[in-house]
Amino acid sequence: MSMRQPIESGAPDPMPLLHPLLRKNYGKWIYHDHPRPGVLMHRAASGDEVWTVKAGTQRQMDVHTVRKLCDIADQFADGHVRFTTRSNIEYMVADPAKVDPLIAALTEAGFPIGGTANSVSMIAHTQGWLHCDIPGTDASGVTKALMDELHQEFVKCEMPNRVKLSTSCCEINCGGQADIAVIVQYTKPPKINHDLVANVCERPAVVARCPVAAIRPALVNGKPSLEIDEKKCMCCGACYPPCPPMQINDPDTTKIAIWVGGKNSNARGKPTFHKLVASGLPNNPPRWPEAAAVVKKILLTYKADARSWERMIDWIERIGWGRFFEKTGLPFTKYHIDDWRGARRTLNASTHIRF
Amino acid sequence: MAKKTHDTPMLDELEGGPWPSFVTGLKRLAKDNDMMVDLMGQLETSYRTRKGYWKGGTVGVFGYGGGVIPRFTELKDENGKPVYPDAAEFHTLRVQPPAGMHYDTKTLRKLCDIWEKHGSGLIAFHGQSGDIMFQGIRTDKVQDAFDELNENGFDLGGAGPALRTSMSCVGAARCELSCYDEARALREVINNNLDEMHRPALPYKFKFKFSGCPNDCVNSIQRSDFATIGTWRDNMQVNHQYSRAYFSAHGMTDLVNDVVARCPTKAIQVMKRGEADAKAGPQHSVAELDDELRLVIDNKDCVRCTHCLNVVRGGLLPGKQRGVTILVGGKGVLKIGSSMGTVIVPFMKLETDEDYEKLKELARSVLDFFAENALEHERVGETVDRIGLVNFLEALGLDVDPNMISEPRGNPYVRTDGWDAEVAKWQSRKKDAA
Repeated sequence: MSMRQPIESGAPDPMPLLHPLLRKNYGKWIYHDHPRPGVLMHRAASGDEVWTVKAGTQRQMDVHTVRKLCDIADQFADGHVRFTTRSNIEYMVADPAKVDPLIAALTEAGFPIGGTANSVSMIAHTQGWLHCDIPGTDASGVTKALMDELHQEFVKCEMPNRVKLSTSCCEINCGGQADIAVIVQYTKPPKINHDLVANVCERPAVVARCPVAAIRPALVNGKPSLEIDEKKCMCCGACYPPCPPMQINDPDTTKIAIWVGGKNSNARGKPTFHKLVASGLPNNPPRWPEAAAVVKKILLTYKADARSWERMIDWIERIGWGRFFEKTGLPFTKYHIDDWRGARRTLNASTHIRF
Repeated sequence: MAKKTHDTPMLDELEGGPWPSFVTGLKRLAKDNDMMVDLMGQLETSYRTRKGYWKGGTVGVFGYGGGVIPRFTELKDENGKPVYPDAAEFHTLRVQPPAGMHYDTKTLRKLCDIWEKHGSGLIAFHGQSGDIMFQGIRTDKVQDAFDELNENGFDLGGAGPALRTSMSCVGAARCELSCYDEARALREVINNNLDEMHRPALPYKFKFKFSGCPNDCVNSIQRSDFATIGTWRDNMQVNHQYSRAYFSAHGMTDLVNDVVARCPTKAIQVMKRGEADAKAGPQHSVAELDDELRLVIDNKDCVRCTHCLNVVRGGLLPGKQRGVTILVGGKGVLKIGSSMGTVIVPFMKLETDEDYEKLKELARSVLDFFAENALEHERVGETVDRIGLVNFLEALGLDVDPNMISEPRGNPYVRTDGWDAEVAKWQSRKKDAA
């Protein structure tokens, strides 16, 4: 039997899928308004207006959920949708009279309306225990637990500026940079299963993967294996993906860390990477209450203290890191002082001190 | 009807609360799907033991070397048999979405039907690289599922050391800040290089991302090796109707605190009508606030951060000469630490067919350079780190530009015996530009 050749069609053309008003006014928008949380109105040069209703989803969706979202689109929203990068769904309608019934239908079906403007949007997240081969924790579960806690901040849009969150199930940080990121932090070097290394791992590749050159080939119990200089190892887990016998995950020593101040927009200051502010939190399914409490504390402190249009990092740069730790009640430790390459530029080379 | 479900007390706790629950979705699928019954069994075990139980492997479709993420269970009993046999194979198909992630319901329903027929019925819209992730399928069903998706206009995405699936923002489809046709740029660049996606042979992964303006809604600067970010090089446009509407709704305090004071380069001033009119001209944009006051932007001081356009919606808009800034080298943590993309092309016009052709050529040149010069498991940002930006630019035939740096060199450790020749190049470029 001859095999079917794939059609290498690549990324599909969105044009036939666009709402007709978006297609008609493509590249000709001139204005948008935010009449209420979860609703946007865009106006084109032609005078056409399109109304968008944004709702949160669980990202990991069963076909019945997707069909429900489609039913709502067919019944209330002209049959077109789009997804945002944070897995929110957007319905576009030409007639403003359709907005309220659409919101009612989504609400009735359990999808929160919000995520626009100064809200805490849905969390960008990874695969976790559901599908990843190297996860330190879950992803969908952490996200569900946190969004339950932050639901009001999603639907109300009362933050000083928009807030982007992410979670990542290992230090590789596939969830990405964010105003607040919840990321696994390993605290112990990997435990090596020497019986398996020779058969499973390409040893030179594993040696090359280590950022601090802490791994070297060794004979253990007469078998070719690897050994780790535990004084050098900073427990990043980079050796684990190419060599699963380098077991970095542990039910107790795998911890959760919280990072703040990442921003990819160029608005105001240049883009920034998030920075470590808390660690040592337990990896505590199914609801990770300790990590959630720290995230909430940071968010509420920011909400109360930041000025309008200040993103998390704008606020912290104004008040200073010392006062960030003071106001949030988070302890400042020696682990907050960077010692990776380029770290000196993170030190205070001035007498600019806040008292 | 599927087989009996396993007890999942920990997952059950994730059914409560106001946010939509993925667990409720898994349970709905498990009603008539043995794979999902056992998937829930394994996931519950992970919740209890706090360990993951998947390993990779090799699963693919005919003609392609990537795009399927194989997952085999490692949760086995004392005889080496899977504890949850119906989820022993739980692979993912990564599928490229339409640029901008637009769908009509007919298409979405078709995707659901295909996945219900061949796979688990669980779909993620979308993964962190933008793929539609069809999660949960047995090895022997992968080809059929792909064939049917493929016949319906969808193609596999990237995995491994390959060109990866790309993302573009909503852009021209529904945003007044869009500076080019993001969906077109994505499709021109990605679909021109599908061989690198479907038959992985690069030193490591390579990602392109396309954002329509400096707000960078798809996070291209941090998440892509080649970031294409919309911008403009002439004066900001103004729309007096909307700038007046902003001022009348917000007043002077908001204007000062939220607009003028937040400009990172102090390019904005408030002026009286007469003074502003005198300024209006080659480098200033003047927006009316009321009958007497004007917002005046010195476009030579402006760095296109886009903050004031975000605040004075519709009143301030990108200029007419639109295009992109291209930055190379953004990436996540492994192995040198996170790094941002940095500028290699300050401005490339992106309007005509020829302009898009040039973008495609540059993208291809960067991919070729990466393929030939990067070390194994090295991202292009790390290559640039290793060889220096100048060597990278010279290899691509790009000219140096002060917009590529935050500040000039701060040490004398450089051999400068080619100085006069470099000065001559600079002078000649200036003459050509004049």
